Amino acid sequence: METITKLIPFTGEISILEISYLVASVLFILGLKKLSHPATARSGNLWAAAGMTAAILFTILFHKKDGEPIGNIVWIVVALAIGSFIGWYASKKVKMTAMPQMVSIFNGMGGACAALISMMEFPKMQNMLAAEGASHMIGGEGIAILLGLMIGGVSFAGSMIAFGKLDGRIGDIKNPVLRIINLTFLVLLLVALVVILFMKPEAGNNWPIYLFALAALVYGVTFVMPIGGADMPVVISLLNSFTGVAAAMGGFLYSNQAMLTGGILVGSSGTILTILMCNAMNRSLLNVIVGAFGVAGAGGTEAADKTVKEISLSDAAVLLSYSQKVYIVPGYGLAVAQAQHLCHELDNLLSGKGVEVKYAIHPVAGRMPGHMNVLLAEADVPYEKLVEMEDANNEMGNTDVVIVIGANDVVNPAAEDDPGSPIYGMPIIKVLDARNIIVMKRSMAAGYAAIPNNLFYHQKNRMLFGDAKATLQKLVAEIKSL
Amino acid sequence: MQEILRFFMEYKDMIFIIVLSIFLGIEVISHVPAVLHTPLMSGSNAIHGVVIIGAIIVMGHAESTLSLILGFIAVILGTLNVVGGFVVTDRMLEMFKKKK
Repeated sequence: METITKLIPFTGEISILEISYLVASVLFILGLKKLSHPATARSGNLWAAAGMTAAILFTILFHKKDGEPIGNIVWIVVALAIGSFIGWYASKKVKMTAMPQMVSIFNGMGGACAALISMMEFPKMQNMLAAEGASHMIGGEGIAILLGLMIGGVSFAGSMIAFGKLDGRIGDIKNPVLRIINLTFLVLLLVALVVILFMKPEAGNNWPIYLFALAALVYGVTFVMPIGGADMPVVISLLNSFTGVAAAMGGFLYSNQAMLTGGILVGSSGTILTILMCNAMNRSLLNVIVGAFGVAGAGGTEAADKTVKEISLSDAAVLLSYSQKVYIVPGYGLAVAQAQHLCHELDNLLSGKGVEVKYAIHPVAGRMPGHMNVLLAEADVPYEKLVEMEDANNEMGNTDVVIVIGANDVVNPAAEDDPGSPIYGMPIIKVLDARNIIVMKRSMAAGYAAIPNNLFYHQKNRMLFGDAKATLQKLVAEIKSL
Repeated sequence: MQEILRFFMEYKDMIFIIVLSIFLGIEVISHVPAVLHTPLMSGSNAIHGVVIIGAIIVMGHAESTLSLILGFIAVILGTLNVVGGFVVTDRMLEMFKKKK
């Protein structure tokens, strides 16, 4: 009788934990589902967060390993508090334009967390197997630990490089040799994984796992290094799904359903999301990773002997002020220059003069889907003024002036008329249908994709050189003084 | 072959969860509009922060000071992923809502 009463609270606690994991998994799934619809997205995020809170809380309260409850609770709570404070503070403070960097950092933290777990579990497993006198470390546990370490490590290092690139701290190294080194490294890493599994477990012999962790970090760096900075959102999405898989490996290791479903869900939906992002740019994932742009980019027509017309600020001011309809095409350059507020000021100024001003939003402008919407919303540009590509294209014919601010590939006519161009087939904003085009650009240097843009040499087009912010500032002042 | 079958039988529950979750993950987000790509990426970024449960388990059963310290770091990193991920996503979606 006594044993039964002892047994009941014990199993009761365990089933509470398992039920909370089931609830958490369902909330993750519903959260993701809601996140993919505009009207419900925000509540979806909250649902997933609720599931996460429940899973964490119930783990601390009820998790038992070999009958032992969670210890060091004070330290765990302290760590949770520190992490929550930094995470909350950093995400509240970050500028809207720096969001992708932030996501990249948080993703890297998750990867590092998964890698650390593996590094702590490996010695435990090895000591246990050594005590049993096993001759190798092959098995579900070993595979989960090593894969978790490898994927988590790659995700961490890769995310840090992606952050550096988005933040403009790290440049691109587009060396074809790097691709070969990369591939070799990946193969070596997988070979090392198998070799470690076949090794005879020896208590305290942990150097293979440290070397393996180091190699994973190095591979993470060389994997992201050759990919162009403008493609980082796609890379982050890919690394995001990597971290998901790394988390799932932890779930496998601990037979933890919440980690397993959460991790795998992110792993698979993240992969699909990555592919969707690539599709929106009419490119394949392989093309993004291998960076075929630099190679195939030569397909564009040579433009060296063509001339570019410049427009003076005062001419631009007059042209804009006496137009009836103006379309602004924003791109990555607008985000980089943080010129969204000035853009809105120009819009207000022109609207005050009776000019109809709208924004043509390419779905992947800035190569970060939704980036322009978020950016312009931050500057309080009304929603109705943001016109989607297809609708904008229908209106181009009766538009007097199109101002292209920091966009390049999304207005490149090569996508329509040059089958040799790597972006051939990508839908673009047909600015050539408008009567006048003004392109604001820092210099004549080709865009990220290194594809020549014949738009710049078109007779309808005139260039306004300079940093988007500075130029807009001068333009606004010029229009005011008219 | 025998080994593989034994591996499958040993972990069959988890293998089922993994395989079904893969299909579920694909199905659940396959109709997402382009404007939501970034918030969805950020939201799922927060969800894989579930790895923190592993960090809590490791730290909760840490035996040496070294593993306690490593576990401490792991829990902080995991929390950053979870809290930062959800808050950033919420801020992004706040922008979307304001316009309508």
